Amino acid sequence: MLSWLLDPLNYEFMRNAIVTGILIGILCPVVGSFLIVQRMAILGDVIAHAILPGLVIANFLGIEIILGAFVFGMLSTSIIAWIRAQSRVKIDAAMALIFASFFALGVSLMTVLDTRLDLHEILLGDILSVRASDIWRTSIVALVILLLIMLFYKELLFYTFDKIGAEAAGLPVNALHVGLMAGITLTLIAGMKIVGVILVVSLLVGPATTAYLLVKELHWMMAVGAGLGVIASVVGMYISYYLDLPSGPAIALTVFGLFVLALLFSPSQGILTRSRFMKLPKH
Amino acid sequence: MLEVEYLSVNYRGTWALEDVSLRLIPGELVGLIGPNGAGKSTLIKAILGLVPVHSGRVLFEGIPLQHQRQRVAYVPQRSQIDWDYPITAKSVVMMACTVSTGWFRKPDRQARSRVRSALERVEMLNLSHRQIGELSAGQQQRVFLARALAQQADLFLFDEPFTGIDKKTEAILLRLFAELRSNGKTLLICSHEWGNSLDRYDRLLLLNQRLLANGDPKTVMTLDNIQRAYGENLQPSTNGHVEMPFFC
Ligand SMILES: Nc1ncnc2c1ncn2[C@@H]1O[C@H](COP(=O)(O)OP(=O)(O)OP(=O)(O)O)[C@@H](O)[C@H]1O
Ligand SMILES: [Mg+2]
Repeated sequence: MLSWLLDPLNYEFMRNAIVTGILIGILCPVVGSFLIVQRMAILGDVIAHAILPGLVIANFLGIEIILGAFVFGMLSTSIIAWIRAQSRVKIDAAMALIFASFFALGVSLMTVLDTRLDLHEILLGDILSVRASDIWRTSIVALVILLLIMLFYKELLFYTFDKIGAEAAGLPVNALHVGLMAGITLTLIAGMKIVGVILVVSLLVGPATTAYLLVKELHWMMAVGAGLGVIASVVGMYISYYLDLPSGPAIALTVFGLFVLALLFSPSQGILTRSRFMKLPKH
Repeated sequence: MLEVEYLSVNYRGTWALEDVSLRLIPGELVGLIGPNGAGKSTLIKAILGLVPVHSGRVLFEGIPLQHQRQRVAYVPQRSQIDWDYPITAKSVVMMACTVSTGWFRKPDRQARSRVRSALERVEMLNLSHRQIGELSAGQQQRVFLARALAQQADLFLFDEPFTGIDKKTEAILLRLFAELRSNGKTLLICSHEWGNSLDRYDRLLLLNQRLLANGDPKTVMTLDNIQRAYGENLQPSTNGHVEMPFFC
């Protein structure tokens, strides 16, 4: 059993991947909680796909890929917000449209610019691709974002709970919105290496949603979500190692497994446990 | 004193408010009534600067209200809130202190005791650790009332506080309105009430896109005014009060 756990750690790539996995396992649910409570979970998926053209262009120009991805992530959310403000088009339709269009642009650019990016790796994540430099990049992104969320927590809580009230109280709601979008975009870029574009939304939304079934305050949702995120990404990576699966799907399925457990056994909201709770007061 | 001068609001080509002018005096309980879609919520939001205003201005004690938002407490219409949000009643009330506490700080002892006493005043202290979705509609309304109280504002704007609440919550609301009024606060309450209960207001504003009447309840609620606001098919009922054709 112990060797089952320790063997993979003999490889440097596995050590790198696990450290990175723990970092994004913490970061994704914390940031994702803000999306879930605003009923915008799908936006995470949209941004994750919309950064593809940025990756391709940055790779073609030989610049830092975070930069290219960030520009396109922010561009996609601004266009969605703009479409919504300028027309009757609802947000889900705007998101679907931007999601598909940006992704299509990314795939097209990949062919046109003939980059050496590996589409399979980008889409599904690959622990073999994690380098020591990725650990640094991910650590910095995670530290900065977590610190900012701590500093602006009470404002973000007010804004995401009651936008109109927050604006009435004089909070700079537009700045808070842009800040949140920037945080989400950076989180997705950090998570992409391991989980991949298609499935990074799973870490963003899954553990935090699971936590939502267990707690009743946002900061607890983030804390419990982060714990579950770490478990899911480490367990997922071992599964990936032993079953030779891409790491993205392995982690996403672990996330879902944890969610199902919480859905069935949550003390207050669990399908199997809540009925027992309802009988208790009769004593 | 709150002065609203020639306020007009246009939503994508249709006028929601046209040339509305009014004054609210400290220590006065003012009711804002009008049919659905009359622009009551829009007026409150325009006063707060939450919707783009086409023309007109809003002054509080001679200074644009925009520059002193901390002095206004706003209680939104119930439907604006997501009641499944993972937050407890106490944390909602704590939001009143977000702006006054300032960036990068935690609410201090004073702020926390203000929150506590606000919860006490609306009789919600014992339920303050519940998630807001686990409260009844009236209790939820009281939480938002406590948030307004904890803000220690001078101007209070309520959007339909009486909708969907029981007698107990109504009594608490009325008691607090009376307290705020005697403390010299300015209160505007948008409402769908009808009949005798309107007598509790010192002054009524009858709105339908324009301000149709402004005065004490007796002079505002004339058949003529009501028909101008709600349409011709309203009939006075047998007990002398005018009934609404449909309730909202
Ligand atoms: N965001 C918006 N965009 C476009 N039109 C709007 C918007 N909000 C309100 N309106 C329109 O403005 C008018 C006034 O709406 P408002 O919500 O202020 O009415 P109200 O008096 O509060 O009604 P109710 O009693 O139903 O709450 C309505 O005709 C409404 O359709
Ligand atoms: Mg309204």
